[in-house]
Amino acid sequence: MNLASARASSLRFAGAVAVGLLIFGGFVGAIGKSPLEVYTTIFEGGFASAFSWQNTLLRAAPLILTGLAVAIPAQAGLMVIGAEGALVLGGLATAAWAAHVPGPALIVQVLALGAGVCAGGVWLGLTGLLRARRGLNETICSLLLSYIAIAVFNFLVEGVLRDPASLNKPSTLPINDAVMIGSMPGMDIHWGLAIGIACALVAQVVLSRTTWGFALRITGGNQRVARLAGLPVTLLLVAACAAGGAAAGLAGGIEVLAVHGSANASLIAGYGYTGILVAFLARQQPLGCVPIAVLLGGIGAAGSLLQRRMDLPDATTLVLQGILFICILAADSISFRVRRKSPAVAPTVVANPEPGAAAVEIAPVPSLRGRAGVAAE
Amino acid sequence: MNTSRRHLVQAIGAFGAASATGIPLDLRAASPLTVGVLYVGPRDDFGYNQAQAQAAAAMKKLPNVKVVEEEKVPETVAVQKSMEAMINQDKAALIFATSFGYFDPHMLKVAEKYPKVRFAHCGGLWTAGKHPANTGSYFGYIDGAQYVAGVVAGGMSKTKKLGFVAAKPIPQVLRNINAFTMGARSVDPSITTRVIFTGDWSLPVKEAEATNSLIDQGVDVVTCHVDGPKVVIETAEKRGIMSSGYHASQAALAPKGYLTGAEWDWSTPYKQLITAALEDKPMINFLRGGLAEGFVKMSPYGPSVTAAARKPADAALAQLKAGKFAIFKGPLKDNKGDVVIAAGKALEMTDVELEKMDYLVEGVVGAIPG
Repeated sequence: MNLASARASSLRFAGAVAVGLLIFGGFVGAIGKSPLEVYTTIFEGGFASAFSWQNTLLRAAPLILTGLAVAIPAQAGLMVIGAEGALVLGGLATAAWAAHVPGPALIVQVLALGAGVCAGGVWLGLTGLLRARRGLNETICSLLLSYIAIAVFNFLVEGVLRDPASLNKPSTLPINDAVMIGSMPGMDIHWGLAIGIACALVAQVVLSRTTWGFALRITGGNQRVARLAGLPVTLLLVAACAAGGAAAGLAGGIEVLAVHGSANASLIAGYGYTGILVAFLARQQPLGCVPIAVLLGGIGAAGSLLQRRMDLPDATTLVLQGILFICILAADSISFRVRRKSPAVAPTVVANPEPGAAAVEIAPVPSLRGRAGVAAE
Repeated sequence: MNTSRRHLVQAIGAFGAASATGIPLDLRAASPLTVGVLYVGPRDDFGYNQAQAQAAAAMKKLPNVKVVEEEKVPETVAVQKSMEAMINQDKAALIFATSFGYFDPHMLKVAEKYPKVRFAHCGGLWTAGKHPANTGSYFGYIDGAQYVAGVVAGGMSKTKKLGFVAAKPIPQVLRNINAFTMGARSVDPSITTRVIFTGDWSLPVKEAEATNSLIDQGVDVVTCHVDGPKVVIETAEKRGIMSSGYHASQAALAPKGYLTGAEWDWSTPYKQLITAALEDKPMINFLRGGLAEGFVKMSPYGPSVTAAARKPADAALAQLKAGKFAIFKGPLKDNKGDVVIAAGKALEMTDVELEKMDYLVEGVVGAIPG
């Protein structure tokens, strides 16, 4: 991605967000509230003060990792949406390890997070294996495995791993305070944010600068070509899914060690499903997951203020998210059409193709735009 | 010129003297108390959150009280940030954290950070010495109301089979199932209650399936303990059977089949906590009550409830309101045949042993999963 195209795509993104906000203002005006007041409230809630920035970043922290859980397999051509299952199992593994295995605090933290990473990696790796060896549709497979994971989680948390003192809210044994992940110096945000950003950086570097990453992207572009070129396609597919699952498992582990202190039903908060949105909006680029996660965190923080200040229902936040989602994706597809139609001339927005023209979509390699068809809930 | 400047200086001097003698120019004393309320689900869920929202709406009518609400706040960092936002952005001085899962670690963390703000949790976990003094718990004993609802259901049931859709087998839920069953069996000892556990607090599809399954087994009165009874009540009404409500009144959803319901009356503890804040009295750390104290109430009788069914229900309600009736008293057997409360022993409503309940009484058809 060269500088010019990066700049063009960020301009496009900013334009799409602006259009989305305009549409949202229209919607808000239609229900009788002042759009201007809504804009200022959104800004105040998400991005205006140090407090709102901390609010935004704290909400964004788990979304970076769950976004990676979808983006990394997507680079290998797989649409995996089972991050929620990997997250809860990762969280359970971390909670079980940290509560039962003694040791010095830092070692326990690292090993517990490692256990979470392994649990999540194995779970989504299973999806990759089924896809590579048996040809099962990885989207359906990962989603159904996600439900199974949640059921297993509930079974273990309310059964064998349950803390007998947690009567009304079944949880695993509470973790020692010394082992919990603390806040970054000077801020109210836990280290999970830094870990998430670091993972996104590592993923981006590996995918774009190493031979393994290149092999993965070739597999994603055209599996047959990859096989003909002699790449270990099965291994790459499984590894991509496992890496995604590892990211989701890490997110679950951080949630347990930094926020909850034990594994219980509060862990099933839908971060995995929001991660799908993050990855799509970031166009499956690992580093792009970071600003998108911050945007979604900001919307969540702003939604909180919108509810309280302007007495708007919680669904307003979902409407804003939906409108932004559609605008950003539409901006991509419109610009792609524009660039294809008139490469040398100044682009004019072509709304509809000529009737009867066969739409020959030659997907450039390696791009996954054509695959962005399945939108999960 | 001189005269007017002298007048000006005199006026300023007079103004300064007036302030010095304490004429109240500071308007902060008249500013309202801002109360923040956080809900885990939507306010109009015809269930747990609606009951809390009804109390919040009643509090808005109090003079000098401003209420800010936020719904659908998940039990994650989001609730910590929402509470802090209410304190920082809305200057809230009293926060109602209405969902059970908000307490540990979220509310406790924020309470330590803001010792001057009061935090009230709905759940009843506050322990002296363990939790900070600016926090408190409020909760109600709703099993008394479920007992009376059971009496009504027992009097109205023709098939002698009642149904109960339950979420998780925690002590509070088991207590409700048992109280409902015992109320019904006080009218007719041959009545049984079939219970199905859905596994979580809000699973609409499973709740509908459970209700249908119970009705297929011959149940003709159904009640529930889930976050949003809407699905259960609507399914029952659609299939033409009677229903008994929970949390709030679902009478609007079942105009024909709604008998009565066990409802919370959270305005009682809310009022006490807000009054303590307005009068600058110390935070009330532990608030509990049942029918007698006005923390819970019954829904008005539905149109189909016969006079014959009302009589024993009114009698039981009067006894419970007078505080003269212990629901859980020996000899009491569970549905496996073991004695759980010995003969001669009576457990009062406030007895802590009831908070650890782990059995289903005789007459309940079903088992605790796991």
